[in-house]
Amino acid sequence: MSEPFLIGDRMTGGYGKGPDILHDCTIAVNPGEIAVIVGPNGAGKSTAMKAAFGMLTLRGGSVRLAGEDITHLSPQDRVVKGMGFVPQSSNIFTSMTVEENLEMGAFIRRDDFSETMEQVYHLFPILKEKRNQAAGELSGGQRQQVAVGRALMTKPKVLMLDEPTAGVSPIVMDELFDRIIEVARTGLPILMVEQNAKQALEIADKGYVLVQGRNAFTGTGQELLTDPDVRKSFLGG
Amino acid sequence: MTERVKHTLLFIGVALLLVLEGTTSALGVFSGSWNSSLTILNMGLISAIMALGVNLQWGFAGLFNVGIMGFTALGGLAVVLTSMPATPGAWDIGGQRILLALVLGATTIGGAILAYQKLAPGRPRMVGMIATLIAGFFIYRMVLDPGVEAVESINPALEGNIGGLGLPVLLAWPIGGILAAGVAWVIGKTALGLRSDYLAIATLGIAEIILSVLKNEDWLSRGVKNVVGLPRPVPYEVDLQNDPGFVASAASWGFDPTTASTLYVKLGYSLLFTVVLLVLLWMAQMALKSPWGRMMRAIRDNEVAANAMGKNVTRRHLQIFILGSAVCGIAGAMMTTLDSQLTPGTYNPLRFTFLIWVMVIVGGSGNNFGSVLGGLLVWFLWIKVEPLGTILIEVLTAGMDPDSALRAHLMESAAHMRLLTMGLILLLVLRFSPRGLIPEK
Amino acid sequence: MDFLNAVVALSNFVLIPGIAYGSQLALGALGVTLIYGILRFSNFAHGDTMAFGTMVTILFTWWFQSMGISAGPLPTALLALPFGILATMGLLVGTDRVVFRFYRQQKAKPVVFVMVSLGVMFMMNGLVRFVIGPGDQRFEDGERFIIKARAFKEMTGLDEGLAIKTSQGITVVTAIVVVAVLFWFLNRTRTGKSMRAYSDNEDLALLSGINPERVVMITWLIVAALATIAGTLYGLDKSFKPFTYFQLLLPIFAAAIVGGLGSPLGAIAGGFVIAMSEVMITYAWKKVAGYLLPESLEPDGLVQLLSTDYKFAVSFAILIVVLLFKPTGIFKGKAV
Repeated sequence: MSEPFLIGDRMTGGYGKGPDILHDCTIAVNPGEIAVIVGPNGAGKSTAMKAAFGMLTLRGGSVRLAGEDITHLSPQDRVVKGMGFVPQSSNIFTSMTVEENLEMGAFIRRDDFSETMEQVYHLFPILKEKRNQAAGELSGGQRQQVAVGRALMTKPKVLMLDEPTAGVSPIVMDELFDRIIEVARTGLPILMVEQNAKQALEIADKGYVLVQGRNAFTGTGQELLTDPDVRKSFLGG
Repeated sequence: MTERVKHTLLFIGVALLLVLEGTTSALGVFSGSWNSSLTILNMGLISAIMALGVNLQWGFAGLFNVGIMGFTALGGLAVVLTSMPATPGAWDIGGQRILLALVLGATTIGGAILAYQKLAPGRPRMVGMIATLIAGFFIYRMVLDPGVEAVESINPALEGNIGGLGLPVLLAWPIGGILAAGVAWVIGKTALGLRSDYLAIATLGIAEIILSVLKNEDWLSRGVKNVVGLPRPVPYEVDLQNDPGFVASAASWGFDPTTASTLYVKLGYSLLFTVVLLVLLWMAQMALKSPWGRMMRAIRDNEVAANAMGKNVTRRHLQIFILGSAVCGIAGAMMTTLDSQLTPGTYNPLRFTFLIWVMVIVGGSGNNFGSVLGGLLVWFLWIKVEPLGTILIEVLTAGMDPDSALRAHLMESAAHMRLLTMGLILLLVLRFSPRGLIPEK
Repeated sequence: MDFLNAVVALSNFVLIPGIAYGSQLALGALGVTLIYGILRFSNFAHGDTMAFGTMVTILFTWWFQSMGISAGPLPTALLALPFGILATMGLLVGTDRVVFRFYRQQKAKPVVFVMVSLGVMFMMNGLVRFVIGPGDQRFEDGERFIIKARAFKEMTGLDEGLAIKTSQGITVVTAIVVVAVLFWFLNRTRTGKSMRAYSDNEDLALLSGINPERVVMITWLIVAALATIAGTLYGLDKSFKPFTYFQLLLPIFAAAIVGGLGSPLGAIAGGFVIAMSEVMITYAWKKVAGYLLPESLEPDGLVQLLSTDYKFAVSFAILIVVLLFKPTGIFKGKAV
């Protein structure tokens, strides 16, 4: 098997000088794929993604993007390298308009980004409608769209979403997943942490089940959904 | 053990500075006068008490009080109100009116609070509250103004104020503490529980307002006309000089009566202040080690966790804010007693608030002994930076034409070196030794 | 006629001075609120920053005057102002490099920043006194009035005169221009937007590739300009005295908090709320009431709610009310 586009390879580490949260944990994603990280509370799902994004110090393992070792780059530098990251909370500029949020997303770009903005608006039509409204005034689902849109403005080579459906209603969640699939169809690799394991695995090309910071199960979404062990341990039978 | 040795040495160092001040004038910095040495010591002791109060708030609880000047001034006012004899006739002519007006004023505010609490939220509540305040304010002024006018017309050259209760002056010290505590309660109720900057700004404001009251309410404090000749807890120099027994014993020590009497008086103050300082220091140490003190520090270090554990953080903060301010009030009363006059015009936040902060930080925030050391040491520096600055500028400008305007300007400005130096010391300590000379254990 | 007289008296003694003072406070509060929004602490050195900028402007004014350079009817200080701004920019950026940056790297708590700003305040205060002395300095020149009271009376035939000082006119015009430029910068330029983004959500701004050091640097530059302009206008309108500038901290903080710390719009609104309340509460209303009320009701006293000595009490009272009822201020500032 060839090297995946983005891989966090056998990562071990924790926040600052704290204890290790991840142990030998591997996550990876390829173009056109949606990879989903699921697992019980406190399994280190978000931590694994943050490790891939450089937000914690690794004591073992490495992170490689398109074959390049980026283990020692800061998150900011990884953004420049083409990683788009949508944090779980505080992921928009609430006091700024939707359009300004997108502009800020494109801050590192010096070229004309109006085309990218049109693409984002095409993907999320509601944002175009509300482009001059303060992002903080939008509904939960719309705010998540702003957050994803903001991350897309850098024209990232890989998109990472930390629990994009946290705190939104089931209907909105379905709609968000539809949008995410649409983004993935453009060929952009998507790495996503999800609390709603079942729904997430249904749309996933690849799934990682983490338990206590270790890879417990890995497979395609369908494989995991049908795996009796996985079902028993946290898909609720 | 070495820590303890080091800290003891620091205190010995300060003592040595004071001894040098008393004995030698060789270096140009010291004056070689015991009189001056004791003067510095006395203010140093008072400063140490203020620093102790601020350390309670900052070191124990992380509360940022920049209104120390106000609490100090309240202590000063307490001395006037406690120890001065009542101005004859003032009570009958206007004092009663004034008291009535103050009671009415308090009732108004109480009424407004009541209206706010009892009425349902909405327009009627706002209107009711504001109407109460406005009506109350006009009634208050109507009652107050004639009384003030009457009192201020009594012998304005010397009095024109209501005077005091004529009680022993030492009583004024605890009363000063109580006055300061009262104001601290009001401020704390308002600003605690919000973010830390707000307490700082609120205390900055209340200090300015207390000062404007003292400067402008002539009936109370004679304003900028000052109250002089406050009673003293120690004998007067003149009386000592006229006491044959004192003169004889002074002679036996080899002092002339004048010097001996001033030294005797100053030593008397030093003794009194030391007693107060030791008592407060002991209490602060006991508090620090008590479960209450440990809880305070736990709250300071992690407010969120303490809150989650069910501690009423705001209430604890209010307690310690009041206590610390009361200590500042006591110190303020002691200072006014030492000066035996209340001069509202001389209170300056740079000297009375921010200098105390330098003392606390330099001494070591969170450590009571550190505050005492900081109080004594920084006060000594504050006094001595001026001659040092003059010497420095003399050296720097030695090559210049003695008549040059620049040199004259620099020499003249040497006095302002104080603020620069204190700011520099504060910044250096914060940066390179944020735990201060005697760090918290 | 009486009504017109009352309006003119009101304008002359309350509205015009209040608007001028409000503009000065608004500019000062804008500086405080920007620092709060970007650097997240209350800068106690702001009053003394204003004093420093004004001092440099005064020194240049004197130098220009000695060389015979003037701005005609306008005060020479306007020509000196850019130099004052430049010097203050140098001072603030230098201070940030030497002092504040260290604590940013340490991620120190806001209260430590406040403490550090106290030290900076001390030093700036000392520096200003060292250079120019603690006394009063007047540096206003040029035409003193735009409209003189007597000319106004002759023109209108009213009993009451209306005087507008040049300094008041300049204050208002300058404030409008400065505020317009500032808002254009914050809302329309890429750098300005990045400042707002940083103030709104620091972590996300970092993720978006906004360089915090650059944002901080630009903030100091803007604050230097605002502080110097506010200080110079205040000095032209009243007079320059280092200690007065230190004392301006209270109304400026009050203005920033009333408007909502971190909100530029709020700082402007807060400045006018504080200034107008201060002027109205300390103004003796006897004259205006005399025109408006029938003779039988005319008041005997000055009808002054508080003596001018208590002007700080007004800012303070408003501050307390806001803290009690709406700690985030009128325009919903950042934090409680």
